[in-house]
Amino acid sequence: MSSATVTGVEGEERDDFTKQESAQIRRRSLTLLGSLLAPLKLRVVLTMLVVVISTAAQVAGPALIAFGIDRGLPAVLDSNDWMPAFLIVGLYLFTGIVGAVLIAWYTVLSARISQAILIDLRKRVFLQTQKLSLEFHENYTSGRIISRQTSDLDAIRELLDSGINQLVSGFLYMLFTGIALFLLDGISGLVLLGSLLPLYFLTRWFQKRSQSLFRQSRVASAKVIVHFVETMTGIRAVKAFRKEKRNEEHFGGLVEDYRGVNAKVIQLFGVFDPGLVFIGNVTVAIVLLVGGFRVVDGSLAIGALLAVVLYTRRFYDPMEEMAMFYNSYQSAAAALEKISGVLEEKPTVPDPVQPIDLWAARGHVRFDNVRFAYKGDTVVLPDFSLDIPAGQTIALVGSTGAGKSTLAKLISRFYDPTAGTVTLDDVDLRDLHPKDLRRAIVMVTQEAYLFSGSVADNIAIGKPEASLDEIQAAARAVGAHTFIESLPNGYDTDVNKRGGRVSAGQRQLISFARAFLADPAVLILDEATASLDIPSERLVQEALQTLLADRTAVIIAHRLSTVAIADRVLVMEHGIIVEDGTPADLISGTGRFAQLHAAWRDSLV
Amino acid sequence: MARQSNDTPVSNHTSTLGTFRSLLRIYPYAKSALPRIYLGMGAALGAGLVALSIPLVLEALVDGPLSTGDSSQIWWAVGAVLGLGVLEAVFIALRRWFVLTPGTHVEAAMRNSLYSRLQDLPVAFHDRWQSGQLLSRAVSDLHLIRRWLSFGLVLLVVNTVTIVIGAAVLFYWHWLLGTIFLVLAVPIWVYGFVFEKKYSIIARRSQDQAGDLATAVEESVHGIRVLKAFGRGKYALRNFESQAESLRGTEIEKAKAIAGIWLWLLLLPDVAFALCLFTGVWLASAGEITVGQLFAFFATATVLRFPIESIGFLLSMTFDTRTATDRFFEVLDTTNTITDPENPATIPAPKGRLRFEDVRFRYADSPEGVPDLLDGVDLTLEPGETMALVGLTGSGKSTLTALPTRLYDVTGGRVTLDGVDVRNLSREELRRHIAMAFEDATLFSASVRDNVLLGRDDLDPTSPEADATLNEALDIAQAGFVRDLPDGVGTTVGEEGLSLSGGQRQRLALARAVAAKPAVLVLDDPLSALDVDTEALVEAALRRVLASTTALIVAHRPSTVMLADRVALLENGRITAVGRHSELLASSEHYKFVISSLEDEEKREAAEQIDRALADDTREQEEVSK
Ligand SMILES: Nc1ncnc2c1ncn2[C@@H]1O[C@H](COP(=O)(O)OP(=O)(O)OP(=O)(O)O)[C@@H](O)[C@H]1O
Ligand SMILES: Nc1ncnc2c1ncn2[C@@H]1O[C@H](COP(=O)(O)OP(=O)(O)OP(=O)(O)O)[C@@H](O)[C@H]1O
Ligand SMILES: [Mg+2]
Ligand SMILES: [Mg+2]
Repeated sequence: MSSATVTGVEGEERDDFTKQESAQIRRRSLTLLGSLLAPLKLRVVLTMLVVVISTAAQVAGPALIAFGIDRGLPAVLDSNDWMPAFLIVGLYLFTGIVGAVLIAWYTVLSARISQAILIDLRKRVFLQTQKLSLEFHENYTSGRIISRQTSDLDAIRELLDSGINQLVSGFLYMLFTGIALFLLDGISGLVLLGSLLPLYFLTRWFQKRSQSLFRQSRVASAKVIVHFVETMTGIRAVKAFRKEKRNEEHFGGLVEDYRGVNAKVIQLFGVFDPGLVFIGNVTVAIVLLVGGFRVVDGSLAIGALLAVVLYTRRFYDPMEEMAMFYNSYQSAAAALEKISGVLEEKPTVPDPVQPIDLWAARGHVRFDNVRFAYKGDTVVLPDFSLDIPAGQTIALVGSTGAGKSTLAKLISRFYDPTAGTVTLDDVDLRDLHPKDLRRAIVMVTQEAYLFSGSVADNIAIGKPEASLDEIQAAARAVGAHTFIESLPNGYDTDVNKRGGRVSAGQRQLISFARAFLADPAVLILDEATASLDIPSERLVQEALQTLLADRTAVIIAHRLSTVAIADRVLVMEHGIIVEDGTPADLISGTGRFAQLHAAWRDSLV
Repeated sequence: MARQSNDTPVSNHTSTLGTFRSLLRIYPYAKSALPRIYLGMGAALGAGLVALSIPLVLEALVDGPLSTGDSSQIWWAVGAVLGLGVLEAVFIALRRWFVLTPGTHVEAAMRNSLYSRLQDLPVAFHDRWQSGQLLSRAVSDLHLIRRWLSFGLVLLVVNTVTIVIGAAVLFYWHWLLGTIFLVLAVPIWVYGFVFEKKYSIIARRSQDQAGDLATAVEESVHGIRVLKAFGRGKYALRNFESQAESLRGTEIEKAKAIAGIWLWLLLLPDVAFALCLFTGVWLASAGEITVGQLFAFFATATVLRFPIESIGFLLSMTFDTRTATDRFFEVLDTTNTITDPENPATIPAPKGRLRFEDVRFRYADSPEGVPDLLDGVDLTLEPGETMALVGLTGSGKSTLTALPTRLYDVTGGRVTLDGVDVRNLSREELRRHIAMAFEDATLFSASVRDNVLLGRDDLDPTSPEADATLNEALDIAQAGFVRDLPDGVGTTVGEEGLSLSGGQRQRLALARAVAAKPAVLVLDDPLSALDVDTEALVEAALRRVLASTTALIVAHRPSTVMLADRVALLENGRITAVGRHSELLASSEHYKFVISSLEDEEKREAAEQIDRALADDTREQEEVSK
C-alpha cells in the first residue's frame, strides 16, 4: 500500500496501519500538537517551573519533620533551647504554604493552558469544516464532524486535565530517587536499571495494543454519534414509520461495539498497571536478595541495605499515576490522529493563492466548455458553454434530476467544474477573491435552512452588519413582515432548530429575505418559491421584478410563472441545455418548453 | 445564528435534590454492577494495606533476621517480600478486573435507555430541545458517570475509609495530636459545603455550554450550504468562538474553584503538621510521649496525606457526575404527553374513515389571547376518498396533518379513524394504518430499498413480495431513476450515502409512503419539487392507488388539487369550505384567492403583448425616421 492512503480522513476507520502509515499519522498529529503548544511556550515553561518548585516544597516537608525530631527535640531536651524547634516549625509552615499556594496556582495555570489548546483546536476544526468543500461534507457526514468536535476533544481534554504536574513531579521524583540509589549503591542501581528492560517491553506491548484499540474506540464512538444525530434529525420520519424498535436494535449494536472496545482498552490497562507494580515489587525483592548476600559477606552496611531497598520501592511509587497518564495520552493521541486528519484535508474547492479582486461586479457569467461530474465518470453536465450577460434574468427549467441545481452550484462555486471554466466578469471563479465571490454571487438553496436563533439573526446572515430597519425592510420586500410580526416575539422569536418553529413557506420567505438583504450582483434562486402559496408567490414575484431589474439572476423553478419575469429561458434535459431563447419565442415554438408551458398553463385555474 | 440556548428548558439548575440523593438515582442502572464494585473496593483496600505493609516488613526484616548475618534468612526475607509484592499486583489486577467492565455495562445501558426514551418522547419535546444538548447528554455525560462509578466512587470510599482509620490511629498515638488534626479538619468540611454549592453551579453551566457548543457545531455543518452560499464561514466562526470563549471562562472558573479547595486541602494538613511538630516536641520534652511514638505519629500522618489531597478532585468529579446525572434524568423524567393507552383499542380491518371532530390545537409557546391555531376543525374523509387541503402559508396545514398520526396531540376535540379516537390506539398500530410524506423529504442512511420499504417491517426484505412492493412504489412515484444509480436499489442514500436532487428525494419519500400500503395516506405538499411533466405522471399513477386509499393531501397548486375528489379550505383555523374544486372556485372568494393565478397570468400576458406591440411600434418608427 502506498503511504498516501492515510492522507486526510482517508482510511480513518481502519486500525491496522502499516508501520509507515503509522509513522505518517503520528508525524502529523505531533506536528499539530507542536503547533498548538508553540504559542503557549512561555506559559508552559512557567507552569513547569511552578511544578518543580512546589514539588521541591513538598519534598522538603518530610525532611523538615525528620530534622525537627532529630535536632529540634534534642535541643529542647538537652538545653531547653526552643529556638531550633521554632525555626523548623516556621520553616515547615513556610514551605507548606508555598507548596499549597503554588499547587493552587498551578491548577489555574494548567487549566488556562489546556483551555487555550482546546479552544485553538476547536476553532481550527470549525474553520476547517467551513473551508472544506461540499464534496467532503457529503461523504464525511455531520455526525463525524460533531464527534471530532465533541468526544475526540473530550479525550484530549482528559489528557490535559489528567495532571501533568503528577507526570512532571513523578518523573522528577523517579529521577532523583534513581540518582540517589546509584550514589548509595551502584550494584543496586544496576539492578534498577535492569528492571527498566521488562518495563520497556511491557510499555511497548501496551502501546501497540492500546493504540489500535483506542483508534477503534474513536471510530466506534463516531458511529454512535452519527446514528444518534441522524435519528434526532429525522425524528418525525422515525416516528411516522415506526422505526424506533429497529433503531434501538441498531443503536444498541453500535453502543455495544463501543462498549466492547472500551472494555478491551480498560482490560488492557488492567494488565498493564498491575504489571508495572509487579515489575517494581520483583525488583525490590532482587535488590533485597543481592544486597542481603552482600550484607552477609560484609560488603554492604545493614543501614545502607534498608535505604537501598526503600529507595527502590519508592522509585516505582509514582508509576501508577504515570501509567494512567500514559493511558490518557494514548487515548488522546488516537483522537488527535483523527482530528489532524480532518485538518489535513485539502478543500477540493480551494481558495485562490493569488486572488483577483473584483470590487464592483457587473454580473456577467460565462461557462466555457464546462463539464462536470460529482464522482468519477458519471457526468452530470456534459460539455457545454453558456453566456449570461450582466443584468439578464434567466429561467432555468427542466425535469427533476436534470442538473439544474448542479449548474447553479457551479455558478456559486460550491464545486469546481471537472473541465472548463466558469467566469464572472471574465475572472475565473477559481481565481476570484472569496469575499468578492460571495458578495457578488448569492444562492438561495433548494432547502431553506434556518439556524436556531431569532428570525432577525437568520435574515442578518445575508448581511451581518445590517440594522434592524434594514432587516425589516428586506422582510417587507418579500412579504414576510406581517407573519414575522405576528410571532410571539416578532423578529426576536427563536425559530428553533432548523427553523421548526415556522412553516415551510415561512422558512422560504425568511431565506428569501436573507438573499434580498445580501443584495448581490448575481442572484440564484433554486426553487425558492416551491413551498409558497400562490398569493405569497405573487408578492415575491413582484418584489423580484424590482430587485432583478439591474442584476443577473438565474431562477430555477417548476412553476412556470417565474418565466414571465425572465428575459431568457433555458430548458435542460439530462444535463444538456436543449432550448435557449426568449420566453415568447419558446412558447410560440413547438419545442419542449412550448409543451411544458402549455401543460402548466392548462393546470392553472 | 446558533446562539446560547437561553431558553433550553433546563434553567432550573440547582435542583432540590442533594448530591447524594441525586447520585442515588443511578442505582437502578448500577445495581447489577454494584457487587463487583464492592469487591473492587475490597481489593483496593487490600492493595492499599499490602502496599503499606511492604515497607514495614522490609524494615522489620532488615533490622531483624538480616542483621544477624545469617545467609539462610535472606531467602526467607526475599520470599516474603516477593510474596507481598505479587499479592499487591494481584489485588490491583483484581480491583481493575472487578470494577471496570461493569462500569462500561452501566454506561451502555444508560445510553440505550436515553436513546429509546428520546425516540419515545413527542415531537414537541424535540422542537424544544437543542440537538447538541441531547448529544452531550448521551455521550459526554454518560462517559463521566461511567468514570466516576468505576474510579471516582471506589477511590472516594476507599480514601475516606483510609482517612477514618488513619484518624483513629492518630488518636491512638496521642489524643492531643489527634485533636489538633481533627480540629483543623473542620474548616475543610465547612469549605467542602461551600464548594459543593459553588462548584455544582459552575459544573452544570459548563456542561450546558458544552451542549450548546455541540449544537453550534451541528448547525454549522447542517447549514453549510447556506453559510457557503453567503460566504459566512468567518461570521459563523465568530459566533462559535464567542460560545467557546464562554465555555473556556466557565472552565477556568471551575479550575479556580478546584484550586480553592485544593489550597485548603494542602494547607490545613501542613498547618496541622507544623502545630503537631511543635506540640510533639513540647510533649516529648514534657515526657508525655516517646520519640519513637512521635515518629510513628508522623509516619501515619504522612500516609494520610495523599487520601486527603485526593478528596479535592474526587469531590469535584463527584459533583460533575451529579450534575451529569441531573442532566440525564431531566430527559428521562420528562413526562411523555403522547403515550399508548393502557388498553389500546384495535382496528382489525381498517376502512380508512378519518374524521376531525371539533379539533383544536395550539403550540405550547403561542401567546395568550391568540386564538388556537386550529380553532375547531371539522372534516370527514370517507373511505377511499382523496381530500386536498388548501390554505395560505402558515395557516396550519402541516400542523393538521401531524395530528392523525399523533406527532402532536390535539388540545381539544378529537381525531377518529373508523370511529376510534386515535388516542385509543397504540401508536404502533395507528402509524401502521396511516402513512405520511413530509414537506421536507428525510432519507435515512440506508439503501434505497430500505428507505422505501421503511414502513413495511412486516415484509421479509428479501422476499419477492418485498420486491414487488418496492417496484410498484417506485413506479408510482416515478422514481425509476434509482435503477440507474451505481448499485441500483441497493445504493446507499441519505447522509452517509449518495446525495440526490431535491425532486429525487421527494419522489423517494413519496414512494415510501405509498409502499407502506396504509389505510390512510397523509401527504404534505408531496409534489412541490417536481416538474410539470413528472408531476402529471406521478398524479396519473397515484390516482390508481388513491382510488382505494383514503388520502389527505396538502396542496398549493391547482395541479395537485386535481388529484382530489374534494377540497377542504383551511382558513383562520377552521375548514370554511369543503367541496369539489369547481364548486369552491365558484362559491368561495378565499379559495379563489388562494389557488387561482390565472387572472394575473392573463393580465401579465396581455401586458406583455402590449409591450411587444409598443416595442414593434417604436422599431417601426425608428425605421421610418431613418
Ligand atoms: N452531491 C451529489 N453527488 C452525486 N450526485 C449528485 C449530487 N447531487 C446531485 N447529484 C445527481 O446529479 C443529478 C443532477 O442533480 P441536480 O440536483 O442538479 O438536479 P436538479 O435538476 O436540480 O433536480 P431537481 O429539480 O429534482 O432539484 C441527479 O441525477 C442527482 O442524483
Ligand atoms: N413547532 C412549532 N411551534 C410553534 N409554532 C409553530 C410550530 N410549527 C409551526 N408553528 C406555527 O404554526 C403556524 C402553522 O404552521 P404550519 O407548518 O402548520 O403551516 P402550513 O399551513 O403547513 O404552512 P406552509 O404552507 O408554509 O407549509 C405557523 O404560523 C407557524 O409559525
Ligand atoms: Mg434541484
Ligand atoms: Mg406546511
